[in-house]
Amino acid sequence: MNIVVCLKQIPDLQQIRIKDRKPLLEGAPLIFGDMDKSALEEAVRIKEKTEGTKVTALAMGRAKLKDGIKEALAIGADEAVLLIDPALADSDTFGTARALAKAIEKIGEYDLILCGEGSTDNYSGQVGPRLAEILDLPQITYVRELTIEDHRLKAVRNMEESFEVVEAGLPALVTVAAEINQPRLASLRDILKAARKPVQEWRAADLGLSEGEVGAKGAVMEVVSNLAPEQARKQVVFQGDLDEVVVNLVNALTKEGVLGR
Amino acid sequence: MAEILVFSEKDDLALELVSKGREFGAALNMGLAAALLGDGASARADNYFAYGADRVYVAEHPALADFHAETFAEALVQIAQQNDAQVLLLASTKRGKELAPRLAQKLGAGCVTDATAVEVQDGNLLVSRYALGGNTVASELIKTPHKVIAVMPKTFELGAKEARQGQVVQVDLDLREPRTRIVERREKAGEAVNLEEAEVLVCIGRGLEKREDLGIIEELARALGAEIGCTKTLCTDYQWLSEDRLVGLSGKKTSPRLAISIGISGQIQYTVGIRGARITVAINKDSNAPIFALSDYGIVGDLYQVVPKLLEALQAA
Repeated sequence: MNIVVCLKQIPDLQQIRIKDRKPLLEGAPLIFGDMDKSALEEAVRIKEKTEGTKVTALAMGRAKLKDGIKEALAIGADEAVLLIDPALADSDTFGTARALAKAIEKIGEYDLILCGEGSTDNYSGQVGPRLAEILDLPQITYVRELTIEDHRLKAVRNMEESFEVVEAGLPALVTVAAEINQPRLASLRDILKAARKPVQEWRAADLGLSEGEVGAKGAVMEVVSNLAPEQARKQVVFQGDLDEVVVNLVNALTKEGVLGR
Repeated sequence: MAEILVFSEKDDLALELVSKGREFGAALNMGLAAALLGDGASARADNYFAYGADRVYVAEHPALADFHAETFAEALVQIAQQNDAQVLLLASTKRGKELAPRLAQKLGAGCVTDATAVEVQDGNLLVSRYALGGNTVASELIKTPHKVIAVMPKTFELGAKEARQGQVVQVDLDLREPRTRIVERREKAGEAVNLEEAEVLVCIGRGLEKREDLGIIEELARALGAEIGCTKTLCTDYQWLSEDRLVGLSGKKTSPRLAISIGISGQIQYTVGIRGARITVAINKDSNAPIFALSDYGIVGDLYQVVPKLLEALQAA
């Protein structure tokens, strides 16, 4: 069985600083999102259970991806395909899905595409379903348990009001929720071994894509602004004797008119 | 005349979109329609007219008996194309959120999910959503002729119900059998909660040491008439509370008059969920916790000491 896992490198959100309401991304290290890591972990677990399974990690991003992808290979992907090209930079979800779909078609054989249910940064959840549509695959989203038997999948989806158990034939696209597993940490030995695993780098032209179809020029969205919301909290911290402090708080809340039913 | 087409599998959320959709329709010179899909759809049309829809498309095709995003997307595309619907407004529930991009892709359209605001600007719709893990709010325009927008529940208020008539249109769809099959639904344990409607919220995080200690938080919530919310760690990792109590980027974005965050450091993934609160309070033993910068009032202290004292003070007040 062939599994392709789609991964997105995002800035470490804990390390983003805001200046004049603008996000400063330059210093923030790039990491894979939580749900993307869970998708990879799930692929590796399927591989461990199912003989003859190959896991390909597919990611689009900037040059730093060449370093970052080692983590995915160390965790257990057999090989990686990286889409790195200025023509692909600043793709929106439309362009990203298009490029990933072309890459998956070029990879050729696939039974299962795994994605996170959303990226940890923007959490729009768009790339998975768009990819499923382009590749004409059934989509099974928000998956917290996944089993594959006899070329069919059974998945437990975490919906608002219930857990929904769904079956589908392969090939299919599955997006996973973070709770599906606890991603492993790669050992030093795995990291060393990963250096020998094949990594291919493709550019837009290798995918048969022209500049207008992907990247900033192919974007269907125009970002008008992207600023930190204005925060105007009072930031009053009560200090001193605990008995007094709680009374001060209750008095303040009473004055604000937010206590009582 | 081009149309705005509203769809949600949840009627109450669809009606919020219909209420606001009238305003968009007037500004963009578009009609307002809604789609009702699945068994018994036609019986639900009247409310849609009462809140402002001109037309309701009804499809009771057997392939629509259960919600499958792929099939529902195909149904909505066919309805949109038969009727020149250009703006498709969905509710950003989990189902709406997986439907919107599939639908957008079929239409070759741009799409925004989890929209927190939509306003008319120069004949287009300016859509806002959280970005960069909630650090920022991105405002975006969709440049394609078709626009798919999945709006967070409660973003728009339900309008006034009026005695209005509309046109029910039975639509004929060409749909294949869904390729996914639902074999079982397991109900989630616990009573239903709706944090989005809570007036007062008490949220608890990793500062709580063990599940049994939830008792003091419950007591405080009772004294305040509050609902209990929590961080991702407590519901997803520890499973101490059900997931409908998750507050934050991947959970509920609330707008209570008072939100008290207890034992929560204040990572952005959580704080997004209380940004809409009128007054915010933090109780945390780490005076450097970022939550204090996002709070109107704060107490630095161990929650195990502060909460019982606060309870006493509330009861005395």
